[in-house]
Amino acid sequence: MMNHSQPTGADYNYTIVRQFALTTVLWGIVGMSVGVLIAAQLIWPQLNFDTPWLTYSRLRPLHTNAVIFAFGTSALFATSYYVVQRTCQTRLFAPKLAAFTFWGWQAIIISAVITLPLGYTSSKEYAELEWPIDIAIAIVWIAYATVFFGTIVKRTTSHIYVANWFFGGFILTVAVLHIVNSMAVPVSLFKSYSIYSGAVDAMVQWWYGHNAVGFLLTAGFLGMMYYFVPKQAGRPVYSYRLSIVHFWALIALYIWAGPHHLHYTALPDWTQSLGMVMSLILFAPSWGGMINGIMTLSGAWHKLRTDPILRFLVVSLSFYGMSTFEGPMMAIKTVNALSHYTDWTIGHVHSGALGWVAMVSIGSLYHLIPVLFGHGRMYSIKLINVHFWLATIGTVLYIVSMWISGVMQGLMWRAVNADGTLTYSFVESLEASYPFYFVRFLGGCLFLTGMLIMAYNVIRTVKASKDSLPALAEPTAA
Amino acid sequence: MSSFWSVWITVLSLVVIAGCFLLLRVCSKNTTGVKEGESMGHSFDGIEELNNPLPKWWSYMFYITIVFGLIYLALFPGLGNYKGLLGWTSSNQSIGTEQGIKADSAAAIELAAKEGRYVQYDQEVKHADEKYGPIFAAYLATPLEELVKNQEALKVGGRLFLQNCAQCHGSDARGSKGFPNLTDGDWLYGGELATIKTTIMSGRHGMMPPKGGLPIDDSEIAGLAEYVVKLSGREHDETLAAQGQGSFMKGCFACHGMDAKGNKFMGAPNLTDDVWLYGGSRGMIEETIKHGRAGVMPAWKDVLGEEKVHVITAYVYSLSNK
Repeated sequence: MMNHSQPTGADYNYTIVRQFALTTVLWGIVGMSVGVLIAAQLIWPQLNFDTPWLTYSRLRPLHTNAVIFAFGTSALFATSYYVVQRTCQTRLFAPKLAAFTFWGWQAIIISAVITLPLGYTSSKEYAELEWPIDIAIAIVWIAYATVFFGTIVKRTTSHIYVANWFFGGFILTVAVLHIVNSMAVPVSLFKSYSIYSGAVDAMVQWWYGHNAVGFLLTAGFLGMMYYFVPKQAGRPVYSYRLSIVHFWALIALYIWAGPHHLHYTALPDWTQSLGMVMSLILFAPSWGGMINGIMTLSGAWHKLRTDPILRFLVVSLSFYGMSTFEGPMMAIKTVNALSHYTDWTIGHVHSGALGWVAMVSIGSLYHLIPVLFGHGRMYSIKLINVHFWLATIGTVLYIVSMWISGVMQGLMWRAVNADGTLTYSFVESLEASYPFYFVRFLGGCLFLTGMLIMAYNVIRTVKASKDSLPALAEPTAA
Repeated sequence: MSSFWSVWITVLSLVVIAGCFLLLRVCSKNTTGVKEGESMGHSFDGIEELNNPLPKWWSYMFYITIVFGLIYLALFPGLGNYKGLLGWTSSNQSIGTEQGIKADSAAAIELAAKEGRYVQYDQEVKHADEKYGPIFAAYLATPLEELVKNQEALKVGGRLFLQNCAQCHGSDARGSKGFPNLTDGDWLYGGELATIKTTIMSGRHGMMPPKGGLPIDDSEIAGLAEYVVKLSGREHDETLAAQGQGSFMKGCFACHGMDAKGNKFMGAPNLTDDVWLYGGSRGMIEETIKHGRAGVMPAWKDVLGEEKVHVITAYVYSLSNK
């Protein structure tokens, strides 16, 4: 099946895909480096060097924006532009507009890299960028939607492939989320105030925040999964009907789940209950994607032994399944009473971010880059394997340390003595967390090292002379 | 919420859940016209899709979550204005506003009880009061002079201190700039048990106006600071200090006293020891004189109640009276 990926119909627009694929690696390294630095600052606070723009408070939004919108979203741009062309068998619609989305998006990332450390922020989580940049995001995103849906419209196939449903759903919804949540009254070029206030502001923020997870980090990457898993495994998608149920149920339910970020707050009781119920029902549709991905491997399990790219994809699906089980569980109010505001949340986010989003992107890129640069395979399969183990061990260290630390914090905060006084002060719980912060830092270092190895492998592949990297023979079941 | 919006959100919520249910039902049957397990017959860039049935265990799981969700929404408030069969609410907020009474008032709590509502916050406070009330009532009944000898009470007081007082005074109670050290035996308002209790119960407002509110010129500040340095028994410039003493006599003594030993009735600090609330360097003293200072210790009687303040008093006293 590998030969299907060769650029036989050379009229596809690969320039834009190449650009986004390479910046994905670059921004991945930048975003994760900042993540490792702030993880280190939590253990050694002096690492902010008493410099305002190196403080945790300013670098943390830089880290989240860089990994979600620079690394993750570049990966989505690259794969969606690639997949939509190949599965619709047509060139990308409006190539100039597509080029604009690349340069526009890079300009937005650069402006985030400058303004966030300078302290310009709207103070909305994952939506910190100030209003001029918000407007730029909206414009680039509408251009993205135009290119994507334009390509769907001029497709030469009769049906629309399932990967494109997910990409389309993600592109549309993120536009709506971004525009509604970013509504603000500007008071100067660099300062604005949200048009919402109080509990409504909180609700709109987490309607946005949770659906950034649901549509960008879940639906978008499921789109990626639906192309690269069957492609790399060389197997048909397991169940067409399952993909219908889980797609529609996923997008219908996700949009309601935001209030579980605001349990036990000033949010009205009914909103909290409803958010919890919808989050719980969301469990099965989330798992639909995992089942469809993993079962696609039936008949190809032996390939896992020889193909580290497939390993990346399958392990990413396992982490996806784990975190989408954990999510609905944490949305239950009683569980949330323990987990909320602790490191458990951070662990949960990273089992999704490192285990699912990053690993499925990395696997897809290892499939994609040789195709884009006219080679049969990556420069070194061994290095992909090394990357795979670094990423997997790094993710596991990260998640497990945050689980332990989070549950411990939750239990310490709620422990009371016989007289009703709290057993521990906050500082004591912080002190107890230090060993786990160190393990988390270690996990982050491993993951970042893997990305650096990937960068080397990608550079060598891009620079390799023609025909020097032939495709490996289809592995036989040895 | 008006009844329009209540109906709107209820219908939307139920339509989404029912829609998921129907979707699951419909896709559980094979209506594709393709045999189960076979390819749907379209290929996208070489990828085909099989018509496998939905995994049974997965469908059951989906149904179970839907049923659980509907039961939960029947029992708890979740559909618009519908209050749920259990009558559960997290607080009295809605009860209060509906009836035009204050949410946290006794009337609101009484009304909730009469209507058989389960108000989580009230219930938890009630349980806590029942469980821990007698312990603290017993402490309150013990005179402070005896309480300071009760090791168990001091431990309880220490924990209350860490939770409520350490934010300003530090977990070791040594304070920091603007927040008094409670371990050094030096007291702005007095270190007797009764005085400490009054301080915690009702709070304090320490206030020094800029230049004491006196007709003191900025050019005199350096001299004044030098005089204060002299008072605390450190090396100083005699001429400058003498000028400062002249300025001091313009009225600083009204609060700090002729001997500059302060006045505990108004919390005016003793200037002759080496304890400094805002720093004792010449620069800091000058800043204090020039701009004045205002310090606030909040009143805790309505936050913690007298019982807990009583126990904290014993703990704070014990810090400098071992």
